[in-house]
Amino acid sequence: MGKMRGAIVVDTERCKGCEVCVVNCPTDTIGMAEEVNGKGYHYAYMKYPENCTGCSNCAIVCPDGVITVYRVKTEK
Amino acid sequence: MDIKDIIQPENLVHKRTPLMTDATLSYCPGCGHGTAHHLVMEVIEEMGIQQDTIGIAPVGCSVLAYDFMDIDMSQAAHGRAPAVATGIKRLWPEKYVFTYQGDGDLAAIGTAETIHACNRGENIVIIFINNGIYGMTGGQMAPTTLEGMKSSTSPYGRDTQLMGHPLKITELVAQLPGTYFVTRQAVHKSGNVRKTRKAIKKAFEVQRDKKGLAFVEIVSNCNSGWKMTPNESNVWMEEHMFPFYPLGDIKVEGKIVKDLVKELM
Amino acid sequence: MGEIQLMKGNEAVAEAAIRAGLDAYFGYPITPQSEVLEYLTLQRPEERTGMVVLQAESEIAAINMVYGAAGTGKKVMTSSSSPGISLKMEGISYIAGAELPCLILNVVRGGPGLGTIQPSQADYFQATKGGGHGDYRLVVLAPASVQEMADFVDKGMELAFKYRNPVMILSDGLIGQMMEKVELPEQKERLTEFDPSWTITGKTPDRERNIITSLNLDSEKQYEHNMKLQEKYASMKEDVMYETFDCEDAEFLLVAYGSSARICQKAVDVARSRGKKLGLLRPITLFPFPTEIIAKLSRQVKGILSAELNAGQMVEDVRLAVNGRIPVYHYGTPGGKIYSPDDILKAIDEKLMGGY
Repeated sequence: MGKMRGAIVVDTERCKGCEVCVVNCPTDTIGMAEEVNGKGYHYAYMKYPENCTGCSNCAIVCPDGVITVYRVKTEK
Repeated sequence: MDIKDIIQPENLVHKRTPLMTDATLSYCPGCGHGTAHHLVMEVIEEMGIQQDTIGIAPVGCSVLAYDFMDIDMSQAAHGRAPAVATGIKRLWPEKYVFTYQGDGDLAAIGTAETIHACNRGENIVIIFINNGIYGMTGGQMAPTTLEGMKSSTSPYGRDTQLMGHPLKITELVAQLPGTYFVTRQAVHKSGNVRKTRKAIKKAFEVQRDKKGLAFVEIVSNCNSGWKMTPNESNVWMEEHMFPFYPLGDIKVEGKIVKDLVKELM
Repeated sequence: MGEIQLMKGNEAVAEAAIRAGLDAYFGYPITPQSEVLEYLTLQRPEERTGMVVLQAESEIAAINMVYGAAGTGKKVMTSSSSPGISLKMEGISYIAGAELPCLILNVVRGGPGLGTIQPSQADYFQATKGGGHGDYRLVVLAPASVQEMADFVDKGMELAFKYRNPVMILSDGLIGQMMEKVELPEQKERLTEFDPSWTITGKTPDRERNIITSLNLDSEKQYEHNMKLQEKYASMKEDVMYETFDCEDAEFLLVAYGSSARICQKAVDVARSRGKKLGLLRPITLFPFPTEIIAKLSRQVKGILSAELNAGQMVEDVRLAVNGRIPVYHYGTPGGKIYSPDDILKAIDEKLMGGY
């Protein structure tokens, strides 16, 4: 029975720190960085990457389309 | 498994559609416009119709939509997009023509153009972003502003005695024979995003199949105009906007599918 | 010799529109020009050439339909009369700003406001000085006969595409309603090619997307755009058109266009039969205005009377052209009243010297 392991890549410079992805993530993977990007926004990042299942909820709800999603089925 | 093993091209599940340009969106953080833009362009990409699609941008926050959507586009005077679309579609009936409009554009100054394009059954798609406020000009009251809702021109809340009730234009146009598919959706949560994407695709298919006008309302937040954070505004929208503007299909395949009499009474 | 018919001015425009290979006409009823739309719907041009004819819900909707179609490179026109043209002003400004070709016919009636349905020339300022907002100009053609109503459709379209600018045919209720013999042009083919450098017909992989807009939030860029437009308008003077009657030895000059010119022609004939040396200059393009010929004639004649069916509009442009050399007077009857050749002769008598 495979388990989905996912990972997101955030375009941190384009992220506007709106946090809509955070509340849409079903696995509490996403957090907002302490640092800010060039525009002064705290950008989203995988705070708990091991939780990510690659469901893409964050990416599809992101108004700026800054998230790219990867997913792989693991063997265990 | 290491993250860098997951982040490999063969594992790609979702990336931003190439039909959005590289320009940074001018919308406020968390604004539903951005999500709506991406969905329209994803549908155009999926249907392979980029070279046959002409979009019309309104006056409002999305006046610069043509900077973000990689298709031929025309800007239109405030409210007149359905007339501009009519001019194009009547002369290029095989192209896909859509308007993208806000609530002031579509339901205030453009009411006649909206009603008549729907009444003529122009074979176009109208994407209607309803956030109950005039965002671009600084947060004034819109025809769709809720009773009691504060705005810069209703600072004590919308008084229906003075200013009339919020206008449910979507239910109005659904009653015209020219509209074939009329629906109301949202894009604040991933479940809604998936439904809206399907609705937009259905709308373009209605145009492809020459059935009539397809009207997709997207109830959206305006965190800047409402003076909230994005997530707060989405919660407020669920609690206040959705009861008055209920989500779901209103007209499918030319037939009204909900009890408008009950709802409008 | 082409096909000859006896037609109303409005009908002649409509028939000429079909024959000029226009792709669409969007209009709305208003007196005295509703015959344009009526004739077109009766002719079924969709069967003759595939031309689209649509009665819009308002003049505003009609001009925006024109804007949409013009952005795709098609030949399109609309028509209205004074109050309806006022409604179109925002749209016309947008079309000028976005540099789109199109034709707008104004069959002028007495104003202001709802006014009257009788003919007038009180929209001269509106047509030549703006009407809509911003620094823009229209090419303005002033027909004085049913023949010119017909001829100016193709001519106007040609100028519209040459300059990528809206062109106005400034007619009036007299010419729109009167019936005269007209030689109709041959049927022209409709356009099959559309300039890929600016028309929005769908972004193909071989090019960048085209955007039709008049918006520019960068004032530096908008300034440059305006300068480019100004150069364009200045270059239009190579297309100036006018007609002279008995000007070679004239001592006094009438300047009049459209219906006024027809009346003034008679006044010139009567004056000449009395041995008076009166001439008439008929501007055919009101923009570009025939400044040079008027300036030249102002060195020859002793005084000018600008005769218009209004309270005094074109007279200002005549004065600018004359630049103070000789007296320039206005005679006119606004509000839908039409003067006679005798009224002109009396006005010359009263205002200029010579006992006409």
